[in-house]
Formats: sequence, structure tokens, C-alpha cells
Amino acid sequence: MSGANDPYDPKQVAALSPEALDQAVDAARKAFAEAADLEGLAAVRPAHLGDRAPVLLARRELGALPPAARSDAGKRVNAARVAVTDAYAARLAELEAERDARVLAEERVDVTLPWDRTPRGARHPLTTLTDRIADIFVGMGYEVADGPELEAEWLNFDALNIGRDHPARTMMDTFFVAPEESGLVLRTHTSPVQARTMLSRTPPIYVVAPGRVYRTDELDATHTPVFHQVEGLAIDRGLTMAHLRGTLDHLARSLFGADAITRWRPSYFPFTEPSAEFDVWFPEHRDGPRWVEWGGCGMVNPRVLVACGIDPDEYSGFAFGMGIERALQFRSGVGDMRDIVEGDVRFTTAFGVEQ
Amino acid sequence: MRVPIGWLAEYVDVPAGTSVEDLDTAFVRLGLEVEEIHRPEPVTGPLVVGKVLEIEELTGFKKPIRYCQVDVGEAGAGDGGRDVRGIVCGARNFAVGDTVVVALPGAVLPGGFEIASRKTYDRLSDGMICSVRELGLGEDHAGILVLGGEGADVPPPGTPAGPVTGLDDVVIELAVTPDRGYCLAMRGIAREMGTGLGAPWRDPGTVTPPAWSGAPAWQVSVDAPERCDRFSMLALEGLDPTASSPWWLRRRLTQAGIRSISLAVDVTNYVMLELGQPMHAFDRDRVTGPISVRLAREGERLETLDGTTRTLAAGDDLLITDDTGPIGLAAVMGGASTEIGDGTTSVLLEAAHWEPTGVARTARRHRLPSEAAKRFERGVDPEMTVAALARAAELLGQYGGATVVGGVVDVDTRGARPQIPLDVDRPARTAGVAYPPGQVVELLTAVGCAVDGDGSALQVTPPSWRPDLTDPADLVEEVVRLAGYDDIPSVLPTAPPGRGLTDVQRRRRAIGRALAETGFVEAPSYPFVGIPALDALGLAEDDERRAVVLVRNPLSEEEPALRTTLLPGLLATLARNVSRGQRDLALFEHGAVFPGGERTPAPIPGVEARPDDATLAAVLDAVPAQPWHVAVALAGNREPRGWWGQGRPAVWADAVEAARRVAAASGVELTVRAGERAPWHPGRCAELLVGDVVVGHAGELHPRVCAALELPARTSVMELDVDALPAAPVAVGPPISAFPPVLQDLALVVRDDVPSAAVAAALRAGAGELLESLRLFDVYTGAPVPAGSRSLAFALTLRAPDRTLTGEEAAAVRDAAVSAAAAATGAELRG
Repeated sequence: MSGANDPYDPKQVAALSPEALDQAVDAARKAFAEAADLEGLAAVRPAHLGDRAPVLLARRELGALPPAARSDAGKRVNAARVAVTDAYAARLAELEAERDARVLAEERVDVTLPWDRTPRGARHPLTTLTDRIADIFVGMGYEVADGPELEAEWLNFDALNIGRDHPARTMMDTFFVAPEESGLVLRTHTSPVQARTMLSRTPPIYVVAPGRVYRTDELDATHTPVFHQVEGLAIDRGLTMAHLRGTLDHLARSLFGADAITRWRPSYFPFTEPSAEFDVWFPEHRDGPRWVEWGGCGMVNPRVLVACGIDPDEYSGFAFGMGIERALQFRSGVGDMRDIVEGDVRFTTAFGVEQ
Repeated sequence: MRVPIGWLAEYVDVPAGTSVEDLDTAFVRLGLEVEEIHRPEPVTGPLVVGKVLEIEELTGFKKPIRYCQVDVGEAGAGDGGRDVRGIVCGARNFAVGDTVVVALPGAVLPGGFEIASRKTYDRLSDGMICSVRELGLGEDHAGILVLGGEGADVPPPGTPAGPVTGLDDVVIELAVTPDRGYCLAMRGIAREMGTGLGAPWRDPGTVTPPAWSGAPAWQVSVDAPERCDRFSMLALEGLDPTASSPWWLRRRLTQAGIRSISLAVDVTNYVMLELGQPMHAFDRDRVTGPISVRLAREGERLETLDGTTRTLAAGDDLLITDDTGPIGLAAVMGGASTEIGDGTTSVLLEAAHWEPTGVARTARRHRLPSEAAKRFERGVDPEMTVAALARAAELLGQYGGATVVGGVVDVDTRGARPQIPLDVDRPARTAGVAYPPGQVVELLTAVGCAVDGDGSALQVTPPSWRPDLTDPADLVEEVVRLAGYDDIPSVLPTAPPGRGLTDVQRRRRAIGRALAETGFVEAPSYPFVGIPALDALGLAEDDERRAVVLVRNPLSEEEPALRTTLLPGLLATLARNVSRGQRDLALFEHGAVFPGGERTPAPIPGVEARPDDATLAAVLDAVPAQPWHVAVALAGNREPRGWWGQGRPAVWADAVEAARRVAAASGVELTVRAGERAPWHPGRCAELLVGDVVVGHAGELHPRVCAALELPARTSVMELDVDALPAAPVAVGPPISAFPPVLQDLALVVRDDVPSAAVAAALRAGAGELLESLRLFDVYTGAPVPAGSRSLAFALTLRAPDRTLTGEEAAAVRDAAVSAAAAATGAELRG
């Protein structure tokens, strides 16, 4: 071993010869390359990069050289050391990559295994369709009005120009509640919400009232005694039937596609005059594009305005109503009303939560 | 209203080439909804009019059989050129000389019934004499169809029978709205269709009565003129009681869906269909003394034509009476005592105009929605009474040999028809279509109105048959309807800015969505319940949910009440799904419930103006509050069995968790304590509170309830009153500390009867502000925890807003928490 202050002895510094350094680098490269795995590489590392490795020993010998030779030899030693270190790093990276690839391959799983551990729920399509319709009207500036299902007879009938002995009253197939003088019925339409709104607000009024209504029909494939309507009411200065048509056309397009429009047929409702029933052109019908009967509409009868305290000479208005079940039936191709009302989870789950 | 096209064509010159579909479209455009188009069933091959020449009665068979020789004319001549055919027939309602309908060999009748020559009853039957039903014309199978007897006005033998029988006639069935009573007669339909098609038409109501002379037919007084403003009668004698209605008349009644009874009755029904005026025929010999039209008196009874004896409503049912008392329920149904019988030769015809709402009350009271009542309720033309009498007398004379005796009775107290002022621009203002004034006048005239006035202010007198036209708005509808709804443009109005959904509406949506997102399926049910369903829930006698609102006319007598809880409907839906093979179920429903109890009746004010505030408040207050509830029901596994392992059964805690989700979606905090309430398991019922207010319950159903309702064992349910939840406060963002937390676990041993929530609350209180969160992560019983106690393990996260906590600070918090729990619940720190 040579100390820094030892006299120069060329024999002793043979380790600094280019040949010896090249040999050490080659030996290291060979050993690293031959290491089959990370353990093998770790095992040969001390011999080539440890304290006793040739390139590190050579570095210590530098001090024994005369200053003139020291610079040249120093560069050679450094280059050799960098070469060994790089060779090690390269092989290490190679082996680590191999190991990672192997481990990740071993960890592979069958990603097609089902993970339906959290059951999926659903909202009823009547609910989501009602919300959707309400949202379309909210987008037009309407507000959503609510009213009770067990309703005052006066609001369900009289205020809407359906007098006590009016034929339309018997045609409504009403559920009456006890006692006979209670003055209450299960509302036969959402129209009493119109009356409530007009009695409690001042024009301009733009409201839509979705809700559950009742008629004494037996449940079958096309009827249900408990069903849902959406009613709309607009009271303002200068409203015409053209505005009513524009509103219904907009709703039809929003729900049934850009090509949907409405068609009117003259009809009769005591609370509107003129009155119409309307059909909607539904291009996506499962049995081909067609007109589908959907609802009733008209200009609010001035008598109704008077009963609700609105001046018919100053204001006019329109009202419309349609069945949600019916819309669901043709929009979603539901053939049997019973599927909508029976609560079978297979039916409802098919609709999901819906946006 | 059923409209045979052949009958319509007698009044309207329907343009050549008009198809049934064209008529359908025209009706719909006029506001007459086409319900159904009845097309006759197809008959192919030879079907001819035949005349019975001979009848040979065959005996020795199980039933009497006739072998008939029938003249079927040249057109019906067979191979041998014979125009008389031998036909075997089992019916007996015809005689020699009668004209009948014969299906010859080769004919195919409705239902694919092929006619061929065949040997039967030892004779060759060379065709078939047809009944109404065999021809597909109706259900009458009592005998064969006799078109007429000897000498009747019938087509000659050999005439193709299709047009004669009406087999070629399509019938359009219309749904007539209650305002258009005049369209319940061919007369009104003819007017509409003539206008709608722009075709010439004739009004069958234009009848000029003969100049009857002599004393009035009967002595009549009308004591209730406010209910009857016109009452007309005519007497006829010499009616042949054996005369039957001609086939064409019977056919039209059949097409209209009315049964043929006798000539006199058939004629009154026919005239009603033709002119819209319901009539009644009394047996004149059975009417005793003067007729009086008056209101019923206390205790009066009447046996009506349907054989029912009815107790009459004093002071409201309107009667036709004679010396014997009531003989008819005015406008609704005649009495049995004066009914036309087999021997009636003398008839008293009545045609009157009755006040509609009174008719409606009587028809409803006695549940007699007769054809007459239906028309009077909707309004009948008062001009038609005498015209109808004349028309009926004409038919009874022609087909029954009857002659009018004496003059007509016509008690007429009608006032003048009011005029309606109409601004000529009003239709345009209503429809948004610029109708020229000339068009407005033209269309109103087409309706039958008399239009006076010039310039913009019109005075319009509606025609006598349109009692529905009372307001300017009614006239507007006529103009817009006849001009066509298709002319109305589509213009979107601009509403003022709205405020969006209310908090209540947003909350309901949020609840539904939150439950659906956590795996519950929405299952709305009918709100009808039966008392047994409340019994099955084990509700005590004084449970407030037994105070129900009863429906007076329920669909099912078994479910006469409105729900006070969502559970019966939801559990029925659960059971239905189980019966259909579902095992793992999580359902929810939200909707109104209807608490019962004593209430003040809702007043029914007038509609001439807005009710005063007190009356309106009384109306609104009489409507009971209908709280919005939400309920869930769970059965089977909450998490299914899978390749990961066993499923996790739904338990009481899932129901409580659902309540917490509902509260979270509503923006309120829920607390839970042990409760006891039907239908829950007494040891597994959580009372749900917001603050001090109980808002609902959750847990496992009582085993007896599961058994009674045949539900899976351990079905769990939750029900909560959403309306009882307070409004959600505006959420406040908490300060977020970036300093590291200190995590501390501790286990406390408490007696079994100490609720974990009490321990947690004490720990929270004791730990103070440095406690960021607290979580119960283990519950343990068994050694070394002494019996009667359990160990609750909590994980505490401590954190300061402004510094890193030191070990000493954390230990102090922990000690304070444990001390507080010890003091409040007797908890001991587990070693």
C-alpha cells in the first residue's frame, strides 16, 4: 500500500496503467452482464464498485504520481470509474424493469369479474318524466305549483265553472270522501291548482302543476284510477291561442325531438273556452311515426277568471294539461298500464336514476 | 252518438268521392271526436230479398221445422232457372207472404259461414233464411229477419239484400262533449257536417205541423214553469196494436244501439234520434183525468218502466201526474201504469222542454242515465216539441194506421232568447289570427245565430238549439272552431323571470335521488288501504294512524280508506315482488298521507266573484294537511352474495341508515334513540329525531307483522315525515387546518343498556374543540369484558387549527374525553 508521501515507484502504480483500468472496466461490465437477477447484481457489486474494487484502489494510487503524471492518470481513473458506475446503473435498471414486469404480470386479475356489490336503485319513470317536464317549464320562466290531492270540491269543480249539476261533473268519475257534507273530493284533475294559484297570486302568472289525480276507473291495460297529470297555466296581458300553441310545440320538441309538433281538435272543458284536445307528432313511436293523443288545452274561461278574482277585461290566459302515464307509455314504449303501477322492480330498475 | 252514413246522406249532399276517412277527418275538425268506425261484417256471394210462398210444417223431429218455398226472383234463380227455392228453416216468427233475406248457395256470411245446398231433415235445403245475428247486423237471434209482411213497402224478390239490410252502411260513432247536446241527433250532425264539408244540407227539423183542429188533446197544467217552459201533447187513435215497425226504422234503431220494442215506442225513439227531441208515449186509455206537471210531494212513489218502484224526492223530482198520482218521472223515464201495451190503440204523445240541471239531479238521484235524460241535461231545442209530435204522428199513421184526434196541447212559457254582445275583434284577440269582420258574421250565421249590429259591436242571438252559447267566449270558440284550429300560428310567449324550484320541491327531488343512488327502487302505490291492513301492522286501537279518511265510493270495499302511513302500500309492493321471485329488495316510496279526524266541512261558495277572504280561508282550511312522507322497506340481502363471498343481509340498521341519507339529502342532522312503535320490533325500533322533534321511526318489523303480511322474516322498514323536517340552514364552510392530525384509539367498557350514541356524545363533549372526528369502529362482548357489559372502540382524530399538537396536548384531550364518558355513562377505559 502506498501513502501520499511515499516516494514515486513506477512498479507500485501499475494499477494506473491504461491497460489495467480497461481490464477492470471490462471485468466489471462482464460481471454485471452475467448477473441474472437483482440478487446476483448485488453480489458482484462490491468487487467492482466496493472500497476494494480496482478502480477505487487505482484512485488512491494517484497521490503517488508526480504532479505531471497525476492529471493524466486522474482523468483515466475517473473515466473508468464512471464507466463502471454507468454499467452498473444500466444493468440495475434492466433487471428492475424485468422484475417489475414479472411482478405486475403475476398480479394480473380478471377485470371482467362483476363487482355489483352495491345494488343499483332507480327512480320511478313517472317521477323522472314529471321532473323533466317541470324543468322544461322552469326553463321558460314558469314556477312549479303544488296542491293537495284531497281537495275542496269548490276548487275542483265550482271555481272551474263545473256547477253542481253540470254533466261534466258526473262524467269526471269522482271519488267522494265521507262524510257526505265534507265538501272534499279526491281531485279529478290538477286544475284546482290553477284555481289556487289564481286566488293567491296576481298576474302575470306562469305556473306548471304536476301531480297525482283520481278517477273511479278500474285498473286495466289502458286505465288506472290513480294517475298523474301536468297542468300549465299562464295569465298575462294579451295572451292568445297562438301563445298556447307555441308553448305546447316547445314542450313537444323538448320531450319528443326536434320534429315533434302538436295538432288540435276542438273539444270542451268547462274551465276553458275555446277548448281543444291536442295530439303530438311522435317520430320515434315504436310502431312508426304517428300522431298520439296527449292532452287538453284552451283559453281560460272568463268565468273562471272572475271566480278567482282576476279581471277578464284586462287579462287573458291559457291552460293545458296532459297525462304523464300516457306520455310515458308512448315515449318509452310501455304497452301495459299495470307495469307502471304495480311497482315491479324489474320495470322500474330498467329506467335507472335518470338525469 | 252513432251516425249511419246512409242516414246522414239523406240530409247532406256529401260530395261524390268522399271517403269514410274524409268524414272522420271532418268530424274531428268540427270537434266531434270519432270513437269508433263500425264497418259491417263482410258478406260475399248471393244475398237476396225473398218472399215466402209456402210453409210446410215438418214433424217427427226433435223440434218443429219448416220447409219453405221462397221466391228469390230471377237474380236468385239457380242452375235449373228456378226462381223458387226450397229452404229448411227452424225459426217460426214468419208467415206466408213475409219478405225475408235469403243467403243462396255460394254466399259466405260473417264469421266465414259458407252456405251450400244440403240435405237436411229429409229435404234439400237450397239456401238459408237469415237472422239479424247471422247477417252480423246485431245480436237479435230470436228469429229470422222479416223485412215486412204481405203488402208492405218492401223491395221485390231477387233484389240484392245488402243495401236493404244496411249491410253496406258504415256507422260512425261520435263522442259528443257535454256542451253540444244538439249533436245527439241527426239534425245537429247534419248541420255540422253540412257546414264542415261546405255542402248543401236540409234541416229535418223544418216540419210544418198539419192544421190539427178540435179541442186540445188533453187537459194539462204546468205547475212548475221554472222547470218546464214548454209542454206539448198530441192524441192519436186507431193504432193497430199488432203493427210492427218497418225494417228500415228497426235497422236505424239497431245501428244507434237502441232495442226495438213496439211501433209506438220505436217511433218516439226514432224521432228522438232524428230531431233530438225525446218523447214519451202514454197509453191514452190508462191516463185518468187532467195531467199536471208538478214537483213531487212528500212520500210519493212511482213504479217506472224498468219495473223499479222509486221513492221520489219531494220538492225536486219533477213529475207528470194525473188523478191517480205520478205517471211519469219527467224527462227521465215513464211510469209503468200508463205504459204502452200489446193492446194499446190510443196514444197520448208528450214532447216537452225541461230545465237541464233539474233533470241532471233526478237522473243522478235515481241512477237513471237514460237516453232522454242525457239529452235534456245537455240541452234540447225547445222549438222542436210540436215538430216532433207531428213527425211521430206521421209515422204512426203511416205504419200503424193511427189518426190524430183533437188539437195539440202546447203550454209555452218561454221568455225571449237573450242577445250576447260581441266585439267583432274578440275572436282575433283570442286566437291570434286576424279574422275579417265579414268572416266572423258568416261563421256565426252558419252556427245558426242571428247577428245584428254594425261596426265592431255585434249583438248575437244564438239559435234555440244552442243553450251552451251564453258568453262572448262561447261565440269566439264557434268562430275559431269553424275557421279551423289549424290556422292558429305557433308563438312562444315570454314569461317573466321565475325563481326556479322551491326548497320543498328541491328537497323532495334530492330525497328520491339520494335513495335511488344508494340502491333503493322507487315503488309508488295507490293510497287506498283497508282496515285489515292497519290491523296487520298491529296498530293499537287509539293509534292516530287508525283515524282515516273514508272514500264514499271506493273501487274496492276492501280498501275504503286513504292511507295515513305509506307502509301498507309499500309492504304490499314488497310482497308482490317477493311472490314474483325477487329475493333481495330495497324499495322506497314518497308521497302524501291523509290523516283523518274531525273537520269542519268545506263551504261551497258561489262563483260570480272571488269569494271574500273569510270564505276563501274557510274553503282552504277545510282541506286537511296532507304530510309528505318517505318510507323504505328492505328484505333479503342488502349486498348480494358474489364471487367475493357471502351476501350481507339487510338489517334494522339499513333502515336507520336510509333515514340518515334522507336527512343528509335534506340538509338536516338526525339523531337516533331507542323507540317503541307499531309495526316495529320492540327491541329493534329506532326513533328518529331532529332536535327534540320525533320525525319518524326505523328498524326491523315485528315478527308478528311479517307473519301477518307474509313478508320475509326480518324485513326492515323506515317511515319519516318529510314535512316535519326543518328547513335546511345555509351550509357554512368549515376551516380546514393543514397541521397534522393526532390519531387516538380507545376502548371503553360500558353496561349493555348504555346506548353507544350516549358514549359517543360524552366523548365528543369531553374532547372539546380539538376533536376533528370520532368513529366507532368495534363493538366487542366476551372475555375479558365482564358479562352484562360490552367494549366500544372509538377512533379519535385530533387536530388544532393553528399548530401541531404535542403529545401532552393529545393525551390531555383523550383523558378529558374518557373522563366525560365515565361521568356520563359509567364507561371504563379498557386496559
